Amino acid sequence: MGLVEIIVYLAAAVVCVPLAQMLGLGSILGYLIAGVAIGPWGLRLVEDVDTILHFSEFGVVLMLFVIGLELEVERLWSMRADVFGGGALQLALSGGVLIAGAMALGLPWQAAVIAGFALALSSTAIAVQAMNERNLSPAPTGRKAFGVLLFQDVAAIPLLAAVPLLAGVHASPSEAWRRTLLVAAAIAGVLVIGRYLTRPVLRIIAATRIREVFTAFSLLLVIGIAQLMTLAGISMALGAFLAGVLLASSEFRHALETDIEPFKGLLLGLFFISVGMSIEFDLLRTAPMIIVVLLVGLLTFKLLTLWVVARIMGVADRQRWLFASLLAQGGEFAFVVFSTAEGRGLLTAEWANRLTIAVALSMAMTPLMLLLHDKLIAWRLTLRERGADVIDEAPPPVIIAGFGRFGQIVGRLLFANGIRAIVLDHDPEQIELLRKQGYKVFYGDATRLDLLRAAGASQAKLLVNAIDDVADSVALTERVRESFPKLPIIARARNVNHYVQLKTRGVNVIERETFESALRTGRHVLEALGVDRFRAREMADGFRRHNIATMDALVPHFRDEARVLSAQKAGREELREFFARDKAQFETEQRKGWNRD
Amino acid sequence: MICIIHAHPYLRRSRTNRALADAVSAIPDTDLRPLYDLYPDFDIDVAAEQRALVNARLIVWMHPMFWYSVPALLKHWFDKVLAYGFAYGEGGTALRGKHVLWVPTAGGEIDTFAPGAKHGFEFPAFAPPLEQTARFCGMEWETPHVVHGANLLDESELGIHTARLTKRLIAWRASAGAATAEVR
Repeated sequence: MGLVEIIVYLAAAVVCVPLAQMLGLGSILGYLIAGVAIGPWGLRLVEDVDTILHFSEFGVVLMLFVIGLELEVERLWSMRADVFGGGALQLALSGGVLIAGAMALGLPWQAAVIAGFALALSSTAIAVQAMNERNLSPAPTGRKAFGVLLFQDVAAIPLLAAVPLLAGVHASPSEAWRRTLLVAAAIAGVLVIGRYLTRPVLRIIAATRIREVFTAFSLLLVIGIAQLMTLAGISMALGAFLAGVLLASSEFRHALETDIEPFKGLLLGLFFISVGMSIEFDLLRTAPMIIVVLLVGLLTFKLLTLWVVARIMGVADRQRWLFASLLAQGGEFAFVVFSTAEGRGLLTAEWANRLTIAVALSMAMTPLMLLLHDKLIAWRLTLRERGADVIDEAPPPVIIAGFGRFGQIVGRLLFANGIRAIVLDHDPEQIELLRKQGYKVFYGDATRLDLLRAAGASQAKLLVNAIDDVADSVALTERVRESFPKLPIIARARNVNHYVQLKTRGVNVIERETFESALRTGRHVLEALGVDRFRAREMADGFRRHNIATMDALVPHFRDEARVLSAQKAGREELREFFARDKAQFETEQRKGWNRD
Repeated sequence: MICIIHAHPYLRRSRTNRALADAVSAIPDTDLRPLYDLYPDFDIDVAAEQRALVNARLIVWMHPMFWYSVPALLKHWFDKVLAYGFAYGEGGTALRGKHVLWVPTAGGEIDTFAPGAKHGFEFPAFAPPLEQTARFCGMEWETPHVVHGANLLDESELGIHTARLTKRLIAWRASAGAATAEVR
């Protein structure tokens, strides 16, 4: 890749993506449009699409590594029903219907099987990016969709292995053994590297305090594992995902994440650009009908089967079409399968090309389908809103952003006392339930200015910031400070770091989410050890006062690690002294009281 | 049923109050309510307290004297539990006819409660707010059982006090039972 090409890519992204964002089309469509614009069918600035596509697949690899970092083994284990149940069901159902469709179009059965299953796969890159954009990943629907995607990544391995078998080229038993051993060795390699080798090496590198070496090692790790996987013939993304999971519980998780993140973003963008470039518009001109049939057939079959899968997997009523739209497109792995099948003579070049363009177009359709979905949902919501507005005499005085475990308790306390509040949340299942109970809930990202304005932030008396995601919580705080400076904020902090971030942004009322319950637990311990309940309460009160004072004193110096450490140490000493004084005073009073002078 | 409203913030540290509480709760058919143990956060369960009062015929207010008055939680208990419509005011007749026995323990010896002495007044001078609270709710005021010099009592003196109080409660119950029988 020459310097000029890099300029072309970056410029295309810089021009198209913000433009698409402004038009409300989302970043993925922006990248795809950029790809079309600079590709062989646009300005012809780039011709060698395959090389770029291959290179940019690292974007997908890095993405899965980052996803893995956020999933600890236990959480992955808890997803097993979604992965192996829902995922297998989706592949069987969508694959079966698509195979039948392919045979109806006149493909021989071997080709139809390969094409059907390949088309049943979805694009992890597009689906996950779209889920992240609308903050769906932590929601149940997002987790279920991700489970299905994960299974597809696993299933892609045998699918690719089946191509030579279906083409009639039988692998010898020894060859099959060799392959199996290779795969086992590669996975064992990842386990060893991820579990035992990486952490000590990371520790040594972190100790050198040379930041770029840490970044270099992060990239080396992911790309190395991807290469290992390629050698064994397994999906690179799957290997990277495994490595990520193994490192999820390590202390370097956040450092790795922040280091990989920009590369991931850029390469993923490049991947979308190359998908845009690979759309062969020539074929679309010469045989438009068959392409249209393929595209419409693919999307219709997949949407319908995915809707059924969503229903069986227990996706909430109003989320099923969203779930289906997220996963309806063909995946990047289909490209690989089609070209392999073409190489083995299983698919004709003509069919391979047609299918490839249909998949690429289906990817481009995803953001459009989601947009359409949003518009329809929004339209239905506004209809309901209007019904509710008639009853409302004045805008509610309270806005609650985030209605999970935390915000709900705040909200229910208010509602129970007849205080009206507008709730903003991004978990649609939650919203559905609350709306049924008659609460006024808006779906969406609370950090968005238009949503805040729609919720009446300019007239509200106060805003409860109960968002669980630290970055979002801080973003919301900044947004409110900028646009509604008079609106007081009462905030939930996840930890001390978050507390400091909120404090330095001018929030005065902050509750750390675990602090009070931990104090109460401490009280129970004191009680169990024979301390009077009221005395235990006084001890906890003293601790709280002292702890908050120490923390607030630290806020201005929070970036200075040495100072924080020494201040914390001093704080602990002070606390010990405080309790010693308190104890002496208490015992004197108990002993002498009013009896003697 | 005898209901003992007991307000001592550090019962396990207290010798006199704990001995008194232990002794009276050993009497059958008593309901000991250690307020600071039940409500260390001052979050009094008003309904539960009112139920306990309704079930009792004799209510005992037992506590150490703090600054010539009741401990803060007992004052809060008066404010929340003796509510309008329950203890006084329209329909507030739930406590009418019940009896109240005040059992304060005071740190000072009896001779420190006198004009010119350390505490300036006779001890009964501090009783009227409590007595009037009981009367305002339509309850009968029993002669208080005051424990003086509470922290200085030795084992035998403490034993005398607990025995006297226990005897008095048992006697009260017997006479109240007899009175009820007579009425019938």
